[in-house]
Amino acid sequence: MAEQNTIESSSTPGFIAGSPIQRFLSATEIDTRLVGMIGALLLIWMGFHFLSGGLFMTPRNLWNLSVQTASISIMATGMVLVIVTRNIDLSVGSLLGIIAMVMGVMQAEYLPGMLGFGHPLIWAIALAVGIVCGVAIGALQGAIIAYLRVPAFIVTLGGYLVWRGAAWWVTSGRTVAPLDSRFRLMGGGPEGAVGATVSWILAIVACLGIGAYLIYARGQRHRFSFQQRPLWAEALLAALGCGAVIGAVLVFNAYPWPVRIAQNYANAHNIPIPDGGLFISHGIAIPVLLAVAVGVVMTFIATRTRFGRYVFAMGGNPEAADLAGINTRWVTVKIFMLLGGLCAIAAAISSARLNAATNAMGTLDELYVIAAAVIGGTSLSGGVGTIVGAMIGALVMQSLQSGMVLMGLDSPLQSIVVGIVLVVAVWLDTLYRNRAQ
Amino acid sequence: MNQHMQTPLVELDDISIAFGGIRAVDGASLDLYPGEVVGLLGHNGAGKSTLIKILSGAYKRDSGAIRIDGEDATINNPRDAKAYGIETIYQTLAVADNVDAAANLFLGRELVTAIGTLDDVAMEAKAREVMGRLNPNFRRFKEPVKALSGGQRQSVAIARAILFNARILIMDEPTAALGPQETAQVGDLIRQLKSEGIGIFLISHDIHDVFDLADRVCVMKNGQVVGIARTADVTKDEVLGMIIMGKCPPGAIPGPGAMKA
Repeated sequence: MAEQNTIESSSTPGFIAGSPIQRFLSATEIDTRLVGMIGALLLIWMGFHFLSGGLFMTPRNLWNLSVQTASISIMATGMVLVIVTRNIDLSVGSLLGIIAMVMGVMQAEYLPGMLGFGHPLIWAIALAVGIVCGVAIGALQGAIIAYLRVPAFIVTLGGYLVWRGAAWWVTSGRTVAPLDSRFRLMGGGPEGAVGATVSWILAIVACLGIGAYLIYARGQRHRFSFQQRPLWAEALLAALGCGAVIGAVLVFNAYPWPVRIAQNYANAHNIPIPDGGLFISHGIAIPVLLAVAVGVVMTFIATRTRFGRYVFAMGGNPEAADLAGINTRWVTVKIFMLLGGLCAIAAAISSARLNAATNAMGTLDELYVIAAAVIGGTSLSGGVGTIVGAMIGALVMQSLQSGMVLMGLDSPLQSIVVGIVLVVAVWLDTLYRNRAQ
Repeated sequence: MNQHMQTPLVELDDISIAFGGIRAVDGASLDLYPGEVVGLLGHNGAGKSTLIKILSGAYKRDSGAIRIDGEDATINNPRDAKAYGIETIYQTLAVADNVDAAANLFLGRELVTAIGTLDDVAMEAKAREVMGRLNPNFRRFKEPVKALSGGQRQSVAIARAILFNARILIMDEPTAALGPQETAQVGDLIRQLKSEGIGIFLISHDIHDVFDLADRVCVMKNGQVVGIARTADVTKDEVLGMIIMGKCPPGAIPGPGAMKA
């Protein structure tokens, strides 16, 4: 039993000899993988900043980056659960296309006729119809996978063709535009951002939330007198979390409305324009808020609910999950329903941003979503993956795209680079995992 | 023994199942009384594990009846079996490799807080308590089960089975992955559970283990029951004869699979 004792002492937080870095990591219980990803992201940002001659890390580019990442990162949070259970969904891009089309037709052609043009509920009804569509399509595909035992790869490959075709079929290939003015707020832009004041209020709420969570976690550990994190570690975690939130808000608030839009706004509201132009902050974009909210809710679902626990247990050993009495088929259906619903939110963001629903919308998104999840540490062999990781993965992918555009790289070269980065990232992750074992 | 006067805890009556054309279990009948250990013996592929998986809900029988406390039981999946208090420790252990010990112990029956979220600390506390009784050396609660040794994984599988007040425990090769010391621990555990009135089916290759622990043995061959005997009434050699040749000794009650004299 001597072996067990030594292992035990090296895995119990708080009692660790070893290097200061190991002690630091175990005291804070920070996920080293996540730190690595954030480090890689910052490296990419600094690299592009340097190569593009200081264009990358500007409020304007970072704000745009955040908006561009929203749609993919929302779908990636759902894709994590799908991949964790050893499934795959190749149909998310097509799903986004058909749902965007359905929502577009609803708000541009049906609802104005029924409720009157510009009715304040049009956006909500269109979005609700879209989410219902997404969940229903997800349920259909999930049921075929779970109950009829057709491999997910095939079902969603079929779905990839079916839903793309359906998106075309709805309007015979016609683009639907313009969209409802309130619906369009979900796409970002000067109007679709919450402004400086609200951004600060949200930042304060987020910081309070971080503090409350840390205190709650301490209370829970105290309840069963488990080992507590040292106080300095708690304080550091709180400082890091709040610092990230405040930093993001500072950046987003530093990006002003374009001069002409600000002028029009000033004229319309009789605001005098000061010397040097009017400075109106964008603040956090609404699609980014949606993505953050989805990330928080999905993290909660994945880590704090029975459903989430079953998803990971199934991914680790499907047979064991079944023998433990988990209704694995129904859980599978629910995962695909969830991803369908998330595709609807992503579709709303994408179409609102474009102010149109086109039949080509979401083309190739499935690959970016899967790549984001995989770069974010989701293992294709199942059982491993985090929501935060996938969202950072989406940010990495989008940063590469955006950075290469700023550098003026040709489009074929961009694809080549993204492809290579994907393979290298997964290879590095494999190395990391092998060493961790 | 007067225990045969009372109602059996489990009666498996004329159970059959076929996979493709192969009759994996063919007209097998077996019963189990409270506080009794019944050993199931036979070669690989004799049908022991299949028979027991029918009881635990992993397979659905083609014909035959299962009675619990004398009443017909409907067991179509593992959830049904658990509802009857039937817990199983599978040969493959069937643990979810990528979650920790507490999550495995409570898999499918998680403790939740007032608002329906997982109560991880409560589960970990309970897991520490149970594992402390079972295997006091076990301390690696935070790590995925994948990282544990064979014996530690075994403790997790056993703890899961006894955590929820099982009445009927099925152990499929419970000591296959264990060293001598851990095997002895499992033996002690079986005696302790037996004294608490739990009925245990013990599947094993090791005839010595079975003779140490079981009250009765049931030998299977080619999907059929060769015979059932009290361990006191037969010798190890006679049981070996049952396993290898299907020859039923005088001390045993012959089943349909017994070699015709």
